[in-house]
Amino acid sequence: MTLETQPVVINFGPQHPSTHGVFRLVLTVDGEVVIDAKMVLGYLHRGVEKLAEEKTYVQNITFTDRLDYLSAMSNNFAYVQAVEKLAGIAVPERAEYIRVIMAELQRIASHLMAMGTFFQDAGGWGGPLMYMFRDREKVLDLFEMACGQRLTCNYMRPGGVSMDLPPEFIPELKKFIPAMRAYLDEYEELIAENEIFKIRTRGVGILPKELAIDAGASGPVLRASGVRWDLRKDDTYSIYDRFDFDIPTGTVGDCYDRFMVRLQECRQSLRIIEQAVRDIPGGPWVNPGVRGNVWAPPGEAYAHVEGPKGELGFYLVSDGGVGPYRFKIRSPSYINLTALKEMTVGYKVADAIVILGSIDIVMGEVDR
Amino acid sequence: MTVLDYLYDLSNLVQAFANWLSTFAPGWVVYWVVGLIAVATTLLFAVNNTLAMNYIERKVIAHFQVRYGPNRAGPYGLLQPVADAVKILLKEPIIPAVADRPVFLLAPIAAFVPAIMPWAVIPFTPQMMVADLNVGVLYVFAMGSLATIPIFMAGWSSRNKFALLGAMRAVAQMVSYEVPLVLSIVGVVISAGTLSLRGIVEAQAVPYVIPQFLGFLVFFVAGLGELNRSPLDILEAESEIVAGYHTEYSGFMFILYYIAEYTHLWAYSAFITTFFLAGWRGPLLPPYVWFVLKMLFVAFLLIWLRATMPRLRIDQLLSLAWKFLLPVALVNVFVTAVGVFIFG
Repeated sequence: MTLETQPVVINFGPQHPSTHGVFRLVLTVDGEVVIDAKMVLGYLHRGVEKLAEEKTYVQNITFTDRLDYLSAMSNNFAYVQAVEKLAGIAVPERAEYIRVIMAELQRIASHLMAMGTFFQDAGGWGGPLMYMFRDREKVLDLFEMACGQRLTCNYMRPGGVSMDLPPEFIPELKKFIPAMRAYLDEYEELIAENEIFKIRTRGVGILPKELAIDAGASGPVLRASGVRWDLRKDDTYSIYDRFDFDIPTGTVGDCYDRFMVRLQECRQSLRIIEQAVRDIPGGPWVNPGVRGNVWAPPGEAYAHVEGPKGELGFYLVSDGGVGPYRFKIRSPSYINLTALKEMTVGYKVADAIVILGSIDIVMGEVDR
Repeated sequence: MTVLDYLYDLSNLVQAFANWLSTFAPGWVVYWVVGLIAVATTLLFAVNNTLAMNYIERKVIAHFQVRYGPNRAGPYGLLQPVADAVKILLKEPIIPAVADRPVFLLAPIAAFVPAIMPWAVIPFTPQMMVADLNVGVLYVFAMGSLATIPIFMAGWSSRNKFALLGAMRAVAQMVSYEVPLVLSIVGVVISAGTLSLRGIVEAQAVPYVIPQFLGFLVFFVAGLGELNRSPLDILEAESEIVAGYHTEYSGFMFILYYIAEYTHLWAYSAFITTFFLAGWRGPLLPPYVWFVLKMLFVAFLLIWLRATMPRLRIDQLLSLAWKFLLPVALVNVFVTAVGVFIFG
């Protein structure tokens, strides 16, 4: 006798504990096995791209803070670079160093959240997540010291940064680097060496190299699949060519690799910060020629950075006014998500959550 | 008898009361009154642990996670469980329109009753127990098995996909873990030569955790599966299926599940104490104090696990039960039987 079975459609989200915001995932399951996955996006659509056309270049910086709200500095960085390209503004040396330090600190903070919530998606009860909150707090304290804001920093300006680093910033940062190194070692022991964590993540959600490239994935998701692609080296911007650092890559492209790539990247970021702190020059922190609003000649510009989640790009078109005529965001979370179905189908329901967690999405950036 | 004797074993107190009562009351009155006292105190101890364990668990996990835990309601947040209980009791119990009403309403009660039944045979001291059944071990596991059915009732009658998934997992998990759980205790039974829980404790000159280490290991892990505790808590895996089988329950019905869950946990601590940690035995302190201390220690181990471990997936969980725990339990039974046959 054969028993008849029927696939069941399960709706995860938009209100669900582990969809990292208002993401909705419609899974078709055969028992516990996922046979189809469909994403429904747009629950957090705010129309940022349209809004930005009504504002000035400088006002739009605050919008970029709120895209990927876990990495405001990197967003600022990408956007002001696009504006500088468009308007032809030079950036003083010191400002470049400050920007790199901030972007790398932000990468650490963002990866900490990614790793902590990922562990929680795998079913851990929040212990490591809380440790990571504790350490991220130190990064946020540094941000607060520099610009008065912790999450939505709004720190960078076309031509530099909004204010100079306070004198106590560099000593605090020097204390932070070894402390963070020790914590990262601890996480490797606590999480990456955990047997249950290993069997939950190894061989799960494999994203093959070719598919990763075809899907346009970037950031840790792409590098975990074994592609050595990092804009900081492959399309060097700002002053990244002056620093010595490695690009960690994975081999299999499973969830474990994505986790390990993030962990290694934190170490590399610390290396960059160390060198930047050593070399940072004095001088002006903002181009003295830029005060208040920025006018750009008609034209277009695209600038991108290697954000914590992947390639974050801003495409701006100017009609000669004080604000952009068109404002387009290439958000890494959104494009990394497109391969979700291929990664999920064939695995269990519990794996679907782990895979989603390993992509590290922030809904503010997926829906713009 | 001095005051210290009464305190050393609280059942002496009941005995004295019974003696006094029998001076003027007929025998059956004494029997019923003493019986009711025993049942009431045991039940209070079993069920009120929910409040205590709730507080302990939150506080301990908080400290694992570099937090403070509840510290607002009352001194050290001690009244937090009370506040939570009152809050949940005031909630409206919502029954989904499509739910299978009779089964939906019956399930929490059916979950609650088997959770408190095993307490009848747990020996806090040689005298402090409601009944010393000569088939105590069998009774305990029979009651444990009953816990599966209400979970499936809840998941099925809710007509909720998350609840159904949880119930489906529950059946697969609890049926699988029942087998190594029962087998793991066979070694203890062979060594002690009795099924009575009091007899098992009395047989432990050395706590069985040492000679029966394999059995202890299997019992501990399989018990986690039976209890649905982390890292084997897949049927209420909140990151996947929200709250599992009790997703649709609210108000008082939810409380019944909550109490059942913690009573199971507390009973499991009591079983480990009885079977493997030599129950009430220990120097100086009164026996029941030893018993509760050992239970608290086991409960702490459970909380510790919960604070550190991620969750297994269903297929990994089942293969752990059938491919690892079951063979180990069988080996343990074999070795114990041969050992007892040769050495007496």
